[in-house]
Amino acid sequence: MHPHQRAMLRATSPAQVLIAPTGAGKTLSGFLPSLVDLIHAPKQGLHTLYISPLKALAADIRRNLQTPVAEMGLDIRIQDRTGDTSAHMRRRQRADPPQILLTTPESLALLLSYPEADKIFASVKRVILDEIHALIDSKRGDQLMLCLARLARLSPQMTRVGLSATVKDPSQIAAYLAPDGGAEIITAPQGPAPDIGILEADIPPPWAGGGGRYGVQAVYDQIKRHRATLIFHNTRANAELFFHELWQANEDTLPIGIHHGALSREARAKVEAAMSEGSLRAIVCTGSLDLGIDWGDVDLVIQIGAPKEVKRLVQRIGRAGHRFDLASKARILPANRFEYLECQAALEAVRDGGLEDDPIRQGGLDVLCQHILICACAGPIAPDGLYAEITTAAPYAGVTRAEFDRALDFCATGGYALRAYDRWQRLVTRPDGTLALRDPRSAARIRQNIGTIIETDRLKVRMAKRRGGAPLGEVEENFAAQLRQGDSFLIGGQIVRYEGMRELVVEVSPSPQKRPKIATFMGTKFATSLQLSDRILARFESGDWSGLPAHIADWLDHQARLSRLPQRDRLLVETYPHEGRAHLCVHGFAGRNAQQTLGLVLTHRMDQLGLAPMGFVANDYATLIWGLDPIADPTPLFAPDLLRAAFEGWLSENAVMKRSFKAVALISGLIERSVNGTKKTGRQAVFSSDILYDTLRKYDSDHILLEMTRRDALRGLVDFGRIDEMLTRAGGRIDHIALPRVSPFAAPLLLEAGRIPVHSSADQRLLEEEAAKFLPQAALGHG
Amino acid sequence: MQVHLDFQFGMERLLATPQGALYWPQADVLIVSDLHLGKSERMARHGAGLLPPYDTPETLARLSEEIVTYDPAVVICLGDSFDDLEAARNLSPYLARRLGPIQAGRKWIWILGNHDAGPVNLSGEHLDEFEAPPFILRHIARTDLPEGQFEISGHYHPKMRVALRGRSLSRPAFLMDTNRLIVPAFGAYTGGIWADDHAFAGLLGADAVAIVLGQPPVMIPLKR
Repeated sequence: MHPHQRAMLRATSPAQVLIAPTGAGKTLSGFLPSLVDLIHAPKQGLHTLYISPLKALAADIRRNLQTPVAEMGLDIRIQDRTGDTSAHMRRRQRADPPQILLTTPESLALLLSYPEADKIFASVKRVILDEIHALIDSKRGDQLMLCLARLARLSPQMTRVGLSATVKDPSQIAAYLAPDGGAEIITAPQGPAPDIGILEADIPPPWAGGGGRYGVQAVYDQIKRHRATLIFHNTRANAELFFHELWQANEDTLPIGIHHGALSREARAKVEAAMSEGSLRAIVCTGSLDLGIDWGDVDLVIQIGAPKEVKRLVQRIGRAGHRFDLASKARILPANRFEYLECQAALEAVRDGGLEDDPIRQGGLDVLCQHILICACAGPIAPDGLYAEITTAAPYAGVTRAEFDRALDFCATGGYALRAYDRWQRLVTRPDGTLALRDPRSAARIRQNIGTIIETDRLKVRMAKRRGGAPLGEVEENFAAQLRQGDSFLIGGQIVRYEGMRELVVEVSPSPQKRPKIATFMGTKFATSLQLSDRILARFESGDWSGLPAHIADWLDHQARLSRLPQRDRLLVETYPHEGRAHLCVHGFAGRNAQQTLGLVLTHRMDQLGLAPMGFVANDYATLIWGLDPIADPTPLFAPDLLRAAFEGWLSENAVMKRSFKAVALISGLIERSVNGTKKTGRQAVFSSDILYDTLRKYDSDHILLEMTRRDALRGLVDFGRIDEMLTRAGGRIDHIALPRVSPFAAPLLLEAGRIPVHSSADQRLLEEEAAKFLPQAALGHG
Repeated sequence: MQVHLDFQFGMERLLATPQGALYWPQADVLIVSDLHLGKSERMARHGAGLLPPYDTPETLARLSEEIVTYDPAVVICLGDSFDDLEAARNLSPYLARRLGPIQAGRKWIWILGNHDAGPVNLSGEHLDEFEAPPFILRHIARTDLPEGQFEISGHYHPKMRVALRGRSLSRPAFLMDTNRLIVPAFGAYTGGIWADDHAFAGLLGADAVAIVLGQPPVMIPLKR
């Protein structure tokens, strides 16, 4: 037994945090005290509740626990309960709960919505929150903490246990788990330092792009030299393309699989099973394998592209050499030259233990609204008691009574300036002051919408019926909309041809084509963390290029000579003509989302000043804007109050805000995930959340949902915080360098994908172009 | 300033407005469909969420704009004007107040739909269908349309997805072939059915086009 496992057995505090690297027997450590207790004092009823962010992990741990328990002849019932559990089993668990229940935050929230929740949870002695570090900065974490506050009321004697990977500041995790203090922190010793480095290919990385396909051969050589390799990508599209290329390089036909969140459950389960059996040599994957089942055989991790956060890199490195006493081995393949610097910074950060902070976030009010409705499903709620309860959850400790009352009012009446729903309130006040569902049948609808994970609109993809109808995965609706019959695309590593849509399912057939015309999904784009940006800037300031290959060192020297290198306490803005257009490049190092927002806001500002911007493109390090007129002095563009005003006014009409609104509307219970709108010919006619957003802005601009949307967007997709940080850092010291031609640092942006045209009238113009193509034909039939 | 699309159907000249109404200059008729007034109220009543209760004022404001623009002698609502009869009853004092001024001096025809298949206490004629040669107007398109008839209907809330240089645009649309014209929903929270849905397969011929709403609306072939 490890020392930290003994420490867990001895711990007596009502809240305990175990900080341990992967492979240290973290999960088992969490269960040991439960098993000991159940052996010494066997009792029926729910004793231990285990919550994991991954469904698969819950099932896997159940198997890992059941085997030794059965071998020891112990009579302890251990069951899991997730979205995959049968309805029959779930009903039985509610009537007769097992002693140890393994579940997810969403399934726990659902359980708490039943009137019998108080009976089910009254006996709980111990709740174990696994991988708690992975939830701390998310709405899933908000929900879990609200559920934990409720559990603590149902079962005051309960001990809360948090299991976390190595973090920068364990006391943050402790404060998250038990805001009133007093959590005991147990730290497992770190394993040996990992063997990490950059994977150098024969050719230098390209100037731009994110796929790392130039390194396919180098990666393949590594796979051949190791037992089992995990190859991580940041996006699904890149994983698909890389897998495709890797397969073409696979002259020994090694067994290599692909795994990501948009593949069908069947496809993922197949790859996971093959890996468990040790019959795969490599898996090309995304964040879908960041957490999860331990595969002892993995002896190498390759990260393709910069990891964007040190935490993510550490997590992924830990997936190799999943044994405590063995050093993990990992290599990073930078996708382009800027990323080379970022990868170096990340490796350096891993070596000196510099992780990003895990600050406790301010909980989302949309999640609070959902929680209020969940509580109302279980029984009438007393506002005073519920307010006291939710403020014991760390993310909600700062919620004022006025904010809570607004959330409660939203749940009850919709919270509109026009009090339209007096007769049809969702919650009605009873004579004793408690609030109850007006229509008990609405509980079923509320339960169907529990959860905070919002998938972008996706459509299922499957082989056409005559080809067996096998499910392959999903693509984004936007992508599907652009497919024409005969187009081919990549999914799950195979090239398929689009055949048509049938009842909102994309039907495909195998395609003999070698080169797919189009890649798949957009996927999430991570932004480079503040700490990594800082390290890159610090490197520029040091002027020390040791350890950098010649092609990078030359590039930096060129930039220093022809323009200058960006600095932490200044803002470098370059202007130059290129291909007949005036260009402006802002080297802000504020991360992709903030640089993108900066592009939106600056072009809007330039438009107001009559500077005719035509478009922009952004990456993690800079924003490049082009237009008709050269900018003589860019300094006035960066006045912080002007930027903020542009945000408040114009950006609120932006698609980014509408995306944030949709998530808020779904989570808060304004709209429903599945059953909404009117039924037409058996299908759903779903109205668009964009229309609700526009209507609210027009008629009720102070509505609580708009406030939530603004808050989410500012810290999420818009990331105004990083723009603020960048401007504060620069403190008005803006270095404008006018150049005769593009600078070495700005050049990669010319190749960057995702150029955004600035045209408010673009849609109409493109529509008419499209119509003009067909006009002669159309006129024949109807003219 | 509204910019409409001028087109021909059943040998008559019609205008498709950017908001999804239809104006027939020759007869001075304005046609709208699927207003679904009272939708947010009906959803609240059924415990299906408390949507912003502004859809009815919003729809009526847009309808008023169309009426001010075209000043038609006749207004025809192609059915599902009310999300259900109870919504119509609950809203009727409000509606009478708001509709009164725009109904004054015009002939107003309410065609019954599947959502509002019954008498409603509002002025105007209430009909199952209405013949205005060469057109027959009804809520739901008939699958057995007699040869040579020109039908204008609503019900389906058609919308269209168009891919334009890497981005995709989705908007309500009129669908039309030689004999049939299906009008999009005019109501604010009405959603819709994609034009490529098989619901339209038995209704529209191979020559069908979509008129996608825009400033002005734009005609695009349905099958490409």
